[in-house]
Amino acid sequence: MTSTMQRPSTGSGNDGSGNDGSGNDGSGNDGSGSGRSGNDRPSTGSGNARLKPHRQKPRRTVGDWILLIAVIVVAVLVAVPFLIILVNSFKSPSDYANGGPLSLPTNIYLDGIASFWQRVNFPEKLWNSFFISGTVAVFAVIVSVFNAYAIGIGRVKGRVWVLVLFMIANTLPQEAMLYPLYFMFKQVGLYDNVWSVIIIFTVVQSAFGTYLLSAVFGTFPKEIIEAASLDGANRWQILRRVVVPISRPTLSVLLIFFFIWTWNEFLIPLTFLVSNANQTVPVAITALQGDRLMDVTTTSASALLGLIPTLIFFLIFQRTLTRGITAGSTK
Amino acid sequence: MSLLPGVRKRGFWLYLIPGLVLFTIIILVPLIWNIYLSFTSYRGIRPPEFIGLDNWAKLMGDDKFWVSFQNSVAMIVAMVVVPTLAGLVLAALLFDLVGKKFGGRLASFLRATYYLPQILPVAIAAIVIGWILRPENGALNTVLETIGLGSLQHNWLGSPDTALASVMVVMVWVQIGYPVVIFMAALQRVDPELYEAAELDGANWFQRFTSITVSIIRPEIYVVVLTATIAALKVFGPIYALTRGGPGNSTIVPSYYSYSEFFQSQQVGYGATIATALTVVVVAITIIFILAQNRAERLENER
Repeated sequence: MTSTMQRPSTGSGNDGSGNDGSGNDGSGNDGSGSGRSGNDRPSTGSGNARLKPHRQKPRRTVGDWILLIAVIVVAVLVAVPFLIILVNSFKSPSDYANGGPLSLPTNIYLDGIASFWQRVNFPEKLWNSFFISGTVAVFAVIVSVFNAYAIGIGRVKGRVWVLVLFMIANTLPQEAMLYPLYFMFKQVGLYDNVWSVIIIFTVVQSAFGTYLLSAVFGTFPKEIIEAASLDGANRWQILRRVVVPISRPTLSVLLIFFFIWTWNEFLIPLTFLVSNANQTVPVAITALQGDRLMDVTTTSASALLGLIPTLIFFLIFQRTLTRGITAGSTK
Repeated sequence: MSLLPGVRKRGFWLYLIPGLVLFTIIILVPLIWNIYLSFTSYRGIRPPEFIGLDNWAKLMGDDKFWVSFQNSVAMIVAMVVVPTLAGLVLAALLFDLVGKKFGGRLASFLRATYYLPQILPVAIAAIVIGWILRPENGALNTVLETIGLGSLQHNWLGSPDTALASVMVVMVWVQIGYPVVIFMAALQRVDPELYEAAELDGANWFQRFTSITVSIIRPEIYVVVLTATIAALKVFGPIYALTRGGPGNSTIVPSYYSYSEFFQSQQVGYGATIATALTVVVVAITIIFILAQNRAERLENER
């Protein structure tokens, strides 16, 4: 039951194979979606719409092929920048000058990547990004759970206003808080310290988390809590032993989301982490763009190093992510 | 009533305290402080000096500010209008045509490809395209020369006539996958029987698309348009990474303008005014969208 965050769509499992079975030779249908569950209402009215005597197996017309080619061309256009960066990161500058950007490298040249790696001290930046994003993800989930416990299950007075407050906070531009935060963190001595960024994003992410989890907790099965309460469990025990374990799938989706969102943040890390040793991956890479010392293929390598970590997250969490994206759109 | 019988509601407030305290310190106080700063002259060193509406008067007559909002409109075209329209068509094609006639796996693969740029930190996404557009020995210019169109070579990001369009291309590339993924999920809700009935009634593909698909997934269209519009108004990373608002003011946006007033010109009071104006616009748009959506839903239910 990992689908607490998923929109309650009807006809689950229907992902697009609209074949009606009869006469289907299986071509092109890879068995996905196995029909539409729950949609087959009894036919109403005269019922002539249900007879569909003329429906044949999906036949691909010339027009279908043209449209297919069109959507593939769009996909290629989207993918090409990635491929160009990949190919050119492994070229020497002279190889690039001779063969142009579209040729394959004549031999694998790793100096561009290696020199940029050392130049920015990439392992250090990776660690900074990991530490900040990981800590924020954990803290923000904890704060969200506390807030949502009070709002969704405790149903405290004034909860609607608290939720409205958090919802508005989700839409605010960060510039509207930027200078006062900069001033405050300078005063307490946390400027140019990763903890300033960690504290800020814990609050920013938990505003979204509270909003989402409150809705999830609001529909929590009442009987389970009642049973625990009759067994003499107090509020804290119910949260620890009942609510958190049962909603673990949702919490792990939130954790992954907070991690990736924080990883991708730019304005606040740029403002607060000024010294080299504290910078995150996106900030460190952006800071070196336009540097006169970087030749053309090293610059390509810098972009490659910037996109590799998020590509890895994408491959690991792909299912969770697609589920979560649609959850984010649920009203 | 809490969901817990016999346990008093008020005790739950304890759980809300850490979250509310943090929220007050990190969001609420800075927000109000920033609004206050917009009524002051403040250069970051000596204490802010109250000057009433001077900053706001200056803002109204500031060409650079109005240019920055014009550029925001360009960002909305690139991040909302183009991706939403293209996303509707692409999602419908993937769901209706590719998924049904060429296999669901190919449709999922194409969807993932469209979504790829969305997962990057947006500054890195900008650097990827920026690398292709670089003026000397950039990929696009080199290719143009190779195929004999050398006369079209251009300093894409460095000339006032093409800089904004180049940034818009970056944003379309970044944003295109978002509506596709959401609309495809929403299309699962569409009852195939409706299509069959419409087909029998002689409706062509385009008629079915506009009268069935678009009306059924309207809630998702609202959500996509709202969230993408807010994102477009807040664009900062790509501008910082690619053009820093230049050349001249040709790619300046409000968030970059306020950032540069804060930390480069040290005109903190004026920077706060720009940031407050941006906030007002964002909140107003959010409220208008939500009201419009509720109205649309009410009309839908009355039918």
